[in-house]
Amino acid sequence: MKKLSKGNIITIALIIAIYALVFVLEKVIDPNSMLFIVLKKGAIYALVAVSMNLLNGFTGLFSLGQAGFMLIGAYTYAIFTIPVEYRDAVYQYFDGGIVQFSIPVIPALILAGLAAALFAFLIGLPVLRLKSDYLAIATLGFAEIIRAFFQWDALGPVTNGSNLLRKFPTFDSTLFPFTVAGICILLIVLLINSSYGRAFKAIRDDEIAAEAMGINLFKHKEMSFVISSFFAGVGGALLAMFQTTVQAMAFKSAMTYEILLIVVIGGIGSVTGSVLASFLFIACSEWWLRFLDAETYIGSFKVPLLRAGFRKVIFSIIIMAVVLFYRQGIMGDRELNFDRMLKKRQKFIEKTQREGK
Amino acid sequence: MSSLLEIRDLKVNYGGIEALKGVSFDVNEGEIVTLIGANGAGKSTTLRAIMSVVSPASGTVSYEGKDITHAATHDIVQRGIVLVPEGRRVFPNLTVLENLRIGAYLREDKDAIEHDIEHVYSLFPRLNERHWQQAGTLSGGEQQMLAVGRALMAKPRVIMMDEPSLGLAPLVVKDIFSIIRRINDDGVTVLLIEQNANAALKIADRGYVLQTGSVTMTGTGMELLNDDSIKEAYLGKK
Repeated sequence: MKKLSKGNIITIALIIAIYALVFVLEKVIDPNSMLFIVLKKGAIYALVAVSMNLLNGFTGLFSLGQAGFMLIGAYTYAIFTIPVEYRDAVYQYFDGGIVQFSIPVIPALILAGLAAALFAFLIGLPVLRLKSDYLAIATLGFAEIIRAFFQWDALGPVTNGSNLLRKFPTFDSTLFPFTVAGICILLIVLLINSSYGRAFKAIRDDEIAAEAMGINLFKHKEMSFVISSFFAGVGGALLAMFQTTVQAMAFKSAMTYEILLIVVIGGIGSVTGSVLASFLFIACSEWWLRFLDAETYIGSFKVPLLRAGFRKVIFSIIIMAVVLFYRQGIMGDRELNFDRMLKKRQKFIEKTQREGK
Repeated sequence: MSSLLEIRDLKVNYGGIEALKGVSFDVNEGEIVTLIGANGAGKSTTLRAIMSVVSPASGTVSYEGKDITHAATHDIVQRGIVLVPEGRRVFPNLTVLENLRIGAYLREDKDAIEHDIEHVYSLFPRLNERHWQQAGTLSGGEQQMLAVGRALMAKPRVIMMDEPSLGLAPLVVKDIFSIIRRINDDGVTVLLIEQNANAALKIADRGYVLQTGSVTMTGTGMELLNDDSIKEAYLGKK
């Protein structure tokens, strides 16, 4: 076991502090406050954004199938956890459905990931032979097909057709999505820093050279795709728990674009960037920029432009600004690194001391 | 003596165009063999076909007496043949050290890998000084050194180099060629492709001249260097 550097210790301490802070906040502040909604959804989106970054940022595969894999995860979770006594009510048009058992939450979350991973494996066999734009189009198409497929009436006894799935176990505490997302992101970070991760980055940088070095391109792309989809599936299951109901309709390509936006704003190839950006994005879209959608009067003066949908206009402008002037996103491809900060601080102190003399 | 690498009647088509029209040559253990020829003669295609990056229409590649014509690229690397691709092709966003580690990707012997990194650093001290730098920030010569070092990390028996002197300053080219010699002295067989025929033939044991997809001439490095038609075509002397 390698000795932890000072920077790593600070990072771990900071993470523990964040979890402790969330724990304390839940005791102090009204649990229905907007803050917790943002934190819950932010954590879930952080997981999905990091999983997308593994594919787009670290392996260089431009895939737009994330919403599709989330949908598979969400449905798998819901289908297998709805308590048997509620199944007649939920599957009212399909005689209670054909699944007549339910499994506990944690195994169901893992199963959700595995189901998404299995689909990714099968889709990947033909699709990963494509490159760049073609891969994006093919994965986007897959996500759309999956969405339609899950609403198909003939599958009703399993998926409840186009009706809602509900009454499955959900979570109350913000710590639940934080813990699950935290563990998953940790696993992704460990993968990225392993020799597999290095091979992914080599493929991203130069496929031909990577192949000449003996990296099996297809095997590694497939691996990255399957693992990314596994975590997207878990993220989808968490999202189902957060929303308390699941409907295929909601997993539109717009959801993929939101996540892509988070990845780009955070910095393609930066895990910390994706995490920071997802909380920022969710806070803006759910909370801080909500006022843009409300018609507002100051005295009898109606503030111009503010009306339903204006938030989206502002968002589009922000995206354009980021792409034009801030292409690297918040973090570029760097990570939050306390070792480097400490070194910089050390240098700064030495410099001021020298000048002081 | 049977040769280490044996290429027989190799044909490669790109679309309808015959890039290789039946190339045959041998590389013996411990030799430096060079393929020289003008642009479009099929030099790079030959190397790509050996690595199975392109699949030949016909012909065979055998290595250590075994047919590897249709083996997978990673399999070929594992057997001990490695390519230093044309134009260096280092991984620009990985550090120098990470680039070297990718070179050893298929190896399992962790301790020996650390030892070989030190060995590469001793061949190229500049890489040691810059081991934490992103490879994209290195100069052209340093990138070529890294590309060679990365290939050595695979612990090859045969190292194939595609135009290692391309686009480099004359002094750097000299360095690269002396390193190629040193690598060869360490027991690695070298198959070298060059447009810089003069420099390549000087260090080569044997050479083959490739012209529009076929071998037109062969001989020892010295023989070819002194051949009048070669002088005229590639060395610019009358």
